[in-house]
Amino acid sequence: MLLKERIESSPVELTKADFVSDQMVKWCPGCGAHAILAAVGNVFPSIGYKKEHFAMVSGIGCSSRFPYYVNTYGFHGIHGRASAIASGLKLANPGLSVWIATGDGDSMAIGGNHFIHILRRNIDVNILLFNNQIYGLTKGQYSPTTPIGSVTKTSPQGTIEHPFTVSGLVLGAQGTFFARVPDNNVKLMTEVMYEAARHDGTSVVEILQNCVIFADKTHAMITDREYREDRQLLLKHGEPMLFGKNKDKGIMLAGNKLVVVTVGEHGVVESDILVHDQYRKDPGIQRMTGRMMPPEFPVALGVIRSAPYDTYDDLMEEQLDFASKSSNIKSVNDLLRSGDTWEIK
Amino acid sequence: MAKHSQVIELEDVVVKFVGDSGDGMQLTGSLFSDSAALAGNDLATFPDFPAEIRAPHNTVAGVSGFQVHLGQRKIFTSGDMCDVLVAMNPASLRANQKWAKPGATILVDTSAFEGKAIGKAGYQNNPLEDGSLDAYQLIKVPISELTQACLKESGVDKRVAERTRNMFALGITYYLFHRDLQGTLEFLKNKFKDKPKIAQANQVALRAGYNYAETIEAIHTTYRIGPAPLEKGLYRNITGNIATAWGLLAASERSGRQLFLGSYPITPATEILMELSKHKSLGAKVFQAEDEIAGICSAIGASFGGNMAVTSTSGPGLSLKSEALGLAVIAELPLIVVNVQRAGPSTGMPTKSEQSDLFQALFGRNGECPLVVIAASSPANCFHYAYMASKIAMEHMTPVILLTDGYIGFGSELFKVPDVNDLPGIKPPMAIPNDKNFKPYRRDEKTLVRQWAPAGTEGLRHRIGGLEKTNIDGYVSTDPLNHQLMVNIREEKVNRVADYLPPQKIVGEDSGDVLVVGWGGTEGALLSTVSKMQELGKKISLAQFNYIKPLPHNTEQLFSKFKKIIVCELNMGQFVSYLRMTLPHFKYLQYNKVEGLPFHVQELTEVFTKLLEEK
Repeated sequence: MLLKERIESSPVELTKADFVSDQMVKWCPGCGAHAILAAVGNVFPSIGYKKEHFAMVSGIGCSSRFPYYVNTYGFHGIHGRASAIASGLKLANPGLSVWIATGDGDSMAIGGNHFIHILRRNIDVNILLFNNQIYGLTKGQYSPTTPIGSVTKTSPQGTIEHPFTVSGLVLGAQGTFFARVPDNNVKLMTEVMYEAARHDGTSVVEILQNCVIFADKTHAMITDREYREDRQLLLKHGEPMLFGKNKDKGIMLAGNKLVVVTVGEHGVVESDILVHDQYRKDPGIQRMTGRMMPPEFPVALGVIRSAPYDTYDDLMEEQLDFASKSSNIKSVNDLLRSGDTWEIK
Repeated sequence: MAKHSQVIELEDVVVKFVGDSGDGMQLTGSLFSDSAALAGNDLATFPDFPAEIRAPHNTVAGVSGFQVHLGQRKIFTSGDMCDVLVAMNPASLRANQKWAKPGATILVDTSAFEGKAIGKAGYQNNPLEDGSLDAYQLIKVPISELTQACLKESGVDKRVAERTRNMFALGITYYLFHRDLQGTLEFLKNKFKDKPKIAQANQVALRAGYNYAETIEAIHTTYRIGPAPLEKGLYRNITGNIATAWGLLAASERSGRQLFLGSYPITPATEILMELSKHKSLGAKVFQAEDEIAGICSAIGASFGGNMAVTSTSGPGLSLKSEALGLAVIAELPLIVVNVQRAGPSTGMPTKSEQSDLFQALFGRNGECPLVVIAASSPANCFHYAYMASKIAMEHMTPVILLTDGYIGFGSELFKVPDVNDLPGIKPPMAIPNDKNFKPYRRDEKTLVRQWAPAGTEGLRHRIGGLEKTNIDGYVSTDPLNHQLMVNIREEKVNRVADYLPPQKIVGEDSGDVLVVGWGGTEGALLSTVSKMQELGKKISLAQFNYIKPLPHNTEQLFSKFKKIIVCELNMGQFVSYLRMTLPHFKYLQYNKVEGLPFHVQELTEVFTKLLEEK
């Protein structure tokens, strides 16, 4: 099935095997990145673009080895700059489906500037943000998403930095698409990546990734089997925000804040529960939804925001088309001879 | 014309217009240049403006100037000192009197030399009255007053009338040089198409200035400069930055690779970004990035996507791009980096020119990181060298740094308009779709160049990046021998670019007492000096380098024919150090200056004369 007209579709049906690279995957056993690779293997063939039209760009970090492990055009860049490299690649060839693999340090510390600006511009690329709340490749220093107080190699007494919430940063930078998934739910990851690919503009998929070596169980309070039902709110567009084993707990808007309520208690009925609208342009409720954290709230998973805005790449192509049709300067020879010139005989 | 004025025929003349930054001096100077060009003179110009957009009114900090050097012979620079200074206020006179030759003609607006303006310029007394200008031919005209008077009936208010006084001054200057008003009158009509009253006021002021000069007795001498012996052809006036932008566009057209510019505004390189933004009709994709790093990284991404990728900057920006330049080197992707040099270090003097980024261009990266370095040497030849930088980058799959500088970037000269179809062809080594033998680092035996397989090409999926790769296959590798091999290949690949370069030219005899060596934007001053000395029979020649890394093959042979070699640069000796390292068996003398100013012919003449006299 073809998602976007500008990207050429595959003449034959593709399978996972079409994207398997010949390189040995060198992530640690048990690393959440393996699941992400599996989900990408599911998504790419199902999108239906010609296989040469996928490009994977990365920066530096464990996540950034990703391009070597998928058989697409791949570019392994330098620390923090994947967003900038991918922007140029997409603008040079709008017929590509461009994907970025990045981590919390790569995208939000050293690459923070490029990250906010690609979001603001809404260039049509897909960002897979592996958030393991730690620097893995350099062996265990705290990152911009490490919870305050965490003891790491560079914070023996605990960190004294307030971490970023990825959703807050993305929506604050006027991001048009944001989704969140845990690394132990490949099915949800696959669905969400597919939606990200379909979105026009920059999409960010935050993957709550476990680093077995340096930040093991950092997301356990959300992802562990025993808490899962009560601490995960799986969002579906147009459906009420219900969660819990019996799907009887819900999110309600009380005045200007969100509260957790139980349907059937204190006169709360299902129609009181907030209905998720991922396409809403006003990010107010989406921002509050993205910010929810246990123990007070469940964590919102799935597509939180998918707002329709013009993309930079479309607008650039429009300007190029318009200029080439309306300008008298059709060649460099025309340009050289425009304005004031004179002949010496 | 019943007047007793004499007409002097001049070989060349330097005219400088100076005033407050709101006085329209840039426009006045450009119009004067255009009139000279129409009269067939050769010319070179240089604007001299403050870093501040509008410094306080009537202060020295707010002085804006425009210098024009015109002649009936070939003109190489915008001139050292001026023969005619047009000063619109006391501050501009104070700032520029030192640049006027002894005996120069100085035209002043006496209406502006009143009250506070004199003190604000830092004068104790009115310089027009205290005898301090006795060494000059002073032409005192109450320009503001006369402009107001001639526009009384025109229906424009006093403020508008005040702003046309630059046209009155220009009118006087046109009389001084026997210029035709017609072209400028036409220009004014077009410029103020939607404001006919303002157009007319400017035209009236221009004519009034001319007529006034013709009538008064104050002007005893006028000048005539005949047409220069220029080659036949179509000409235009062009600045170095515009020529750079156009050279890039021409290379994009001839290579069939769409132009992508990723850039961040920085003085004095911003004009290239602005100019290319205007040419979407030629397919130029211009991305104003969030910073210098994003500028180059987006260009690298675009190069991986098959575009002719460019980033433009100045010194501090090149520092920020260093890491990404290494990425382009190891990925072996074509990339053109234009560095319009300015005075450093750090922010330095953004509007002043220098040649102090050569070391940075040659060596400013981690690892063994060779790339091609080219320098343009005049405003007009920025077109050619931007074209050649693009050709080399694409054909040799390497980043190329093109060095220009603020002096040639902002300066202008006549440009003989080429036919793009006559330029040398550009054939990037594009990989063939579905080529079963394609490998990312398989190389051409002769050039060591790998193939370019833009992302999206059918059947050529591959992965490259910043990690060292095996030669041919392109797999990530830390194998010691492979690394040594790749380091050697990258260096050799750049060195072999020399096989495709034209031989280094020499101006003058190919042997003699002194060889002057320069590179880049000092060409005008060095060429003027050396030519003049040659006319006097001195055994002195000039080799001005444009190809720096690699050096042209004949460099060594050329150096061996001279008794003395002196390397002149606007830095502390960067090219000379590079020559000492590359061709160590010659003795190099050096002459350096780091004042943010170009070389002057006079100072160079003194240096070379002394050198010729020494045993």
